[in-house]
Amino acid sequence: MARFRVNGTAQELDIEPDMPLLWALRDELGLTGTKFGCGIAACGACTVMVNGNPVRSCVTPVSAVEDTEITTIEGLAVNVAGGLTPVQQAWIEHQVPQCGYCQSGMIMAVSALLAANPAPTDAEIDGAITNVCRCGTYPRIRSAIRSLTSATA
Amino acid sequence: MPMNRRRFLLGTVIAGGGLLLGYASTRPSKHRQANAALDGNAAPFLTTWLRISPDNTVTVLVPHSEMGQGVLTALPMMAADELDADWNLVRVEQAPATDLFANGVLIKGFATSLGVSIPGFLDGLATAATMKVAEIMNMQITGGSSSVRFTGEQGMRVAGAAARQMLLQAAAQQLQVPESELSTRLSHVHHQASGRSLSYGELASAAAQFEPPANPMLKRPEQFTLMGKPIPRIDIPAKVDGSAPFGIDARPAGMLYAAVKTAPVFGSRLAAVDSASALQRRGVVRVVELDDAVAVVADNYWRARQALDAMTVRFEATPNDAVNTASIFAQYDQALQGELNEDVEKGDTPAALAAANSVVEATYRVPYLAHAAMEPMNCTVHFHDGRCDVWTGTQDNLGIRGRVASVSGLDENAVTVHAHYLGGGFGRRLPNATNTIDQATRIAMQFDVPVKTIWSREDDMQQDYYRPAVTSRFRAGFDAAGQLTAWENHYIGKNEPAEAAHTPYGIPNQSIAYADSPTHIPFGAWRSVAHSQHTFFLESFVDELAHHAGQNPYQFRLNLLADKPRHAAVLKAAAEQAGWDRNLPAGRARGIALQESFGSIVAQVAEVSIGETGEVRVHRVTCAIDCGRAVNPDTVRSQAESGVIFGLTAALYGEITIDKGAVVQRNFNDYEMLRLRESPEVDVVTIESGAALGGLGEPATPPVAAAVANALYILTGQRVRELPLKNYRFAAAPSERA
Repeated sequence: MARFRVNGTAQELDIEPDMPLLWALRDELGLTGTKFGCGIAACGACTVMVNGNPVRSCVTPVSAVEDTEITTIEGLAVNVAGGLTPVQQAWIEHQVPQCGYCQSGMIMAVSALLAANPAPTDAEIDGAITNVCRCGTYPRIRSAIRSLTSATA
Repeated sequence: MPMNRRRFLLGTVIAGGGLLLGYASTRPSKHRQANAALDGNAAPFLTTWLRISPDNTVTVLVPHSEMGQGVLTALPMMAADELDADWNLVRVEQAPATDLFANGVLIKGFATSLGVSIPGFLDGLATAATMKVAEIMNMQITGGSSSVRFTGEQGMRVAGAAARQMLLQAAAQQLQVPESELSTRLSHVHHQASGRSLSYGELASAAAQFEPPANPMLKRPEQFTLMGKPIPRIDIPAKVDGSAPFGIDARPAGMLYAAVKTAPVFGSRLAAVDSASALQRRGVVRVVELDDAVAVVADNYWRARQALDAMTVRFEATPNDAVNTASIFAQYDQALQGELNEDVEKGDTPAALAAANSVVEATYRVPYLAHAAMEPMNCTVHFHDGRCDVWTGTQDNLGIRGRVASVSGLDENAVTVHAHYLGGGFGRRLPNATNTIDQATRIAMQFDVPVKTIWSREDDMQQDYYRPAVTSRFRAGFDAAGQLTAWENHYIGKNEPAEAAHTPYGIPNQSIAYADSPTHIPFGAWRSVAHSQHTFFLESFVDELAHHAGQNPYQFRLNLLADKPRHAAVLKAAAEQAGWDRNLPAGRARGIALQESFGSIVAQVAEVSIGETGEVRVHRVTCAIDCGRAVNPDTVRSQAESGVIFGLTAALYGEITIDKGAVVQRNFNDYEMLRLRESPEVDVVTIESGAALGGLGEPATPPVAAAVANALYILTGQRVRELPLKNYRFAAAPSERA
């Protein structure tokens, strides 16, 4: 039995301990905002937060997240007035997404970075945000992050 | 595609009141037939159209797929602008919606009535059994950077303007005033003299009684209220909270999941499967054998994949089992020695080369490339009650409908495709690239519950329709006065668009020819299609010629563009914005490249340096673009940024190699992608030339590889004639060349 909390709700799933968290979220819990991209932790489309830390869920077995608090894109703004976090608002303001498939993972990775380090340097941003965006929204991702860090710096 | 088709408009009252307006291009003899098809149909399905409801909302149905290029916003902007609709009251639906889609009779009626030509990249399908299917696909296809310039310019704007005309007629009748005293603004008709006004919603039912004008007056650009403004994209909010539905997210009740192993050598067939162990595993429902693949169907995708990976599967040997990248390029070299097919013949190139004072020769090569869209290929299919439902993201919903019908043997009217967002298209989700759809259909045919087939990243990388590898050879001659007089270019495989290997430069003698050299590697359209290879060849070789002539590469090009003022203006704009003549910090250099594709002209300047470990670093790309006129300027910018990064990713890393007849690369670890830390600044300059609208999804992709390679020559003295750049180890030259 796998036990963890997802977006504030306790979950108890009768699944194999080696099932990756990604497929538990998508296929067992129906939380499809977290995306499958590569299955080898190379693209970041599956990024979720585990106890606030960014984790690539496609290679994280559910046994490794026992009794943790998991946040997915669906739960990111649950307790936020207006329904969107500043990161999500910046993504709209800067018209970041194109196809949008990578953006759940991108937003989770950026949200985790800024929670831990509200004023990252460019090098720190480059080091933390290694997700792949095939549409090439990187210039806008950088502008959107910068708009948040200059506001909080 | 034909630009000047006759068109007609169809108006009708919809259930509950309101006006529906559609537009189609047709041969005039079919007008009556199409109108007849409308009788008794409350909700006809037309190519591009809009609906005005009594609550004063305007719904625009978009017959193209949203894959991040902003079509769900740009097309409604065009209709709403001509209509003088209040943008806040405009709703957008992806056509076909399910209820409309059921009206298959009309779709067929329209498709067969269309005098459409089939874009060349669909040739394979157009020549397939039914031309009708190809014609239907053409109506909804999203490719060739065509949505705004064809559907938008010739469809959406006309539908909007015609609806406005009919609303004015209805208002004149209701208010008992001449139409000339009426004006329209923000979804209302106003009569200034009396201060009265009526909403479009109030007028819609009455308006539908009027004959739609066949050639309504369109606005002049200075009258636009929405076009030309950076309107926020309507699909973005759902893409920041995880709610945007992609094909892979479909979850019809009772669904099972399929994982598939396909023959690694294209054309091979399944030989033997030992499925006993798989069937023992938890959640596994069935093992399905196909001609060239085997699938495990389970109650969870991971369980299906695990069971499949544990199975022993053998495929048959094929005559192509020894093919590799080297043998393909050797085959190309041999083909280029043989008979060639004419592409361009102008003047007397052999004589000009023989008489030349100096001749420059070079051979260029590029490898196969995969699309690697972020959303792995997938398709969910449910056969039930003699019908079939399909959930997937595709560049042509109607084309996929036809494809699933033909694979399953169902009538097209019995197939419903549920449109979804695409997690990247780039040509991979065109209707001539259906291997995933075909497999998903064949697997689901064995079940009465929905089955979602998901390809792994490895499946996607190894079973793509690749951008073809190409070899291209050049010889060019200068006369005694230093004028470029001769241009000879022999290349492999003419692809789409037909003009991709043509040079824009004024060279009096040109001989361009190609050799066919087919391989067993499937190929398809890859963002910008043949322009992506040929622009690298053409613009690198022209750069070689500039250096050979001892001229500034920018000035050299400009001198050859005397007859191409639009090209020259774009080149100048890029050079000026990039500060071509300004000094750069030590260790940096600029390269320039130019290309016209899909009706738009793009010039790019790349600013490049060599990193400490010899890696290529691209700091900034200036991109000047003349697409005639920007419908949504922010989308123009985002597509330019995207095109540059897509092209740069290929230039730096893109390489699919073949060994033992199969693709070697498997995932993002060996088919690398550009990431944030390597992403250049992209500085976009748009030129409003007022020329016919050009496309945007593709034209920014072709020039960047040559721009970067040309900068590398200045930095290192090394001419890059093969991609990708990851295969080079550059060392900055001690003294930079001018």
